[in-house]
Amino acid sequence: MKKLFLSVIGMYLTMLAAFSQGGPKTDSAYKPRKLTFEEANLVSSYYRQDGNNSAVTGGIGSEKLTDFSNSIDLKLNMYDRRLRKHSFTAEIGIDHYTSASSDKIDPSTLSSASHADTRFYPSLSWTMENESKGTAIGSAVSFSSEFDYKSFGANINFAKKTGNRSGEFSAKAQAYFDQVSLIYPVELRTNQHEDDYATTGRNSFSGSLGWSQIINRQLQISLEGELVYQQGYLGLPFHRVYFTDNSVHVENLPSTRLKIPLGFRANYFIGDRFIVRTWYRNYHDDWGVNSNTIQVETVVKLTPFFSVTPFYRFYQQGATRYFAPYGLHSATDTYYTSNYDLSRFNSNFFGAGFRIAPPEGILKIQRLNSLEVRYGHYQKTTGMNSDILSLNLKFR
Amino acid sequence: MKNPQLQIHFRPSMLACTIIAFFIISCTTVKEYQKNKLNDAEMQLSSRKIEKTELNFQSYREGASGANGGKTGGGCGCN
Repeated sequence: MKKLFLSVIGMYLTMLAAFSQGGPKTDSAYKPRKLTFEEANLVSSYYRQDGNNSAVTGGIGSEKLTDFSNSIDLKLNMYDRRLRKHSFTAEIGIDHYTSASSDKIDPSTLSSASHADTRFYPSLSWTMENESKGTAIGSAVSFSSEFDYKSFGANINFAKKTGNRSGEFSAKAQAYFDQVSLIYPVELRTNQHEDDYATTGRNSFSGSLGWSQIINRQLQISLEGELVYQQGYLGLPFHRVYFTDNSVHVENLPSTRLKIPLGFRANYFIGDRFIVRTWYRNYHDDWGVNSNTIQVETVVKLTPFFSVTPFYRFYQQGATRYFAPYGLHSATDTYYTSNYDLSRFNSNFFGAGFRIAPPEGILKIQRLNSLEVRYGHYQKTTGMNSDILSLNLKFR
Repeated sequence: MKNPQLQIHFRPSMLACTIIAFFIISCTTVKEYQKNKLNDAEMQLSSRKIEKTELNFQSYREGASGANGGKTGGGCGCN
């Protein structure tokens, strides 16, 4: 953890040193044919949560968890002979988390290997934009690795603006091919000294369609619909379920899941100082989970270069038909889980952030374009609560 | 006999369609030089970079995901 923290500080200082000199000024009409730096982002977050409904211990027990997350992305662009803009983005992320409940996979140890882990997730993406035609196509590949989970992802996307440039249609197709290590609770393992865990697959395919529309000089909206199909091992092998007869089992969920989220956004610039950002999502899936989410945030521009953003998010969810609390599932159930993330609950998430983007750059470093800090507190009606603090530094 | 569950699902969808229809008939053409407010960094019609970890933890801690640029399943041990 100390090494990770020092590495992150080192990354920040390296980026500051690299960009502190400022690059050559470019004419806005100039179309560089060579690969040119566009922007870089550093995002760091610290997340902590607590609760008493851990799925690892069958719906009871500590949900205490911390996560220190860091990512860097670098965006470069160039124009080809036909003046199409090519953007390339490389991103690397690293998360380090500790989890009290994961430690209970093998409670006989004082502190098992599973009490903490590091996730590493690089990705590469490319977009080609034809500004004269108003079209863009792109693709991306991603990889994610942690001790018990590996994932390969890829997507392709397309966007087309209307003739008057006030509307845009977008489409995206995405696939993830994941491998889950079958780490069972210690009392349910057939080989007690097993270190080389078997793996099983989980594939996710999604398609999304979107439409964004400028309504007037202050208002724009968007609508997005997705269809997500998952197949394979969709539970987690270390989630315990206790039956009415006190026997313990591994969570068992169907091998397919179809999800349909529909999202709507509207952003409104009121006067010269206020922006109201709203988002609503309606979600259904074939496990019986239905939910509604609404988020409202108001950006208050105290000066043209400094803004404060309080926000509030409300989430309402109905339980999956396969959920029951600790000790309430029976042997006649085909599928069963005591994971409270799939139970019936409401949640509130609220907080505030601020953003500084002075024209001369942060700390007079021309390339350090903006600094943003955001804090949020999250509460579920099941009793779980969490806090998150995030920082974003943008270099241009 | 109406299905009450269907009714609950139907109402938000109808409300959303009505709002969208209202917005679309209100559309006016905005020229490029009139887009200074629409082009503000905080007017973008997507989640912001700083929300990245928030979207991740929400996809772990809630049964619903998607339609916000975050994960929709896959890529992590979340449901």
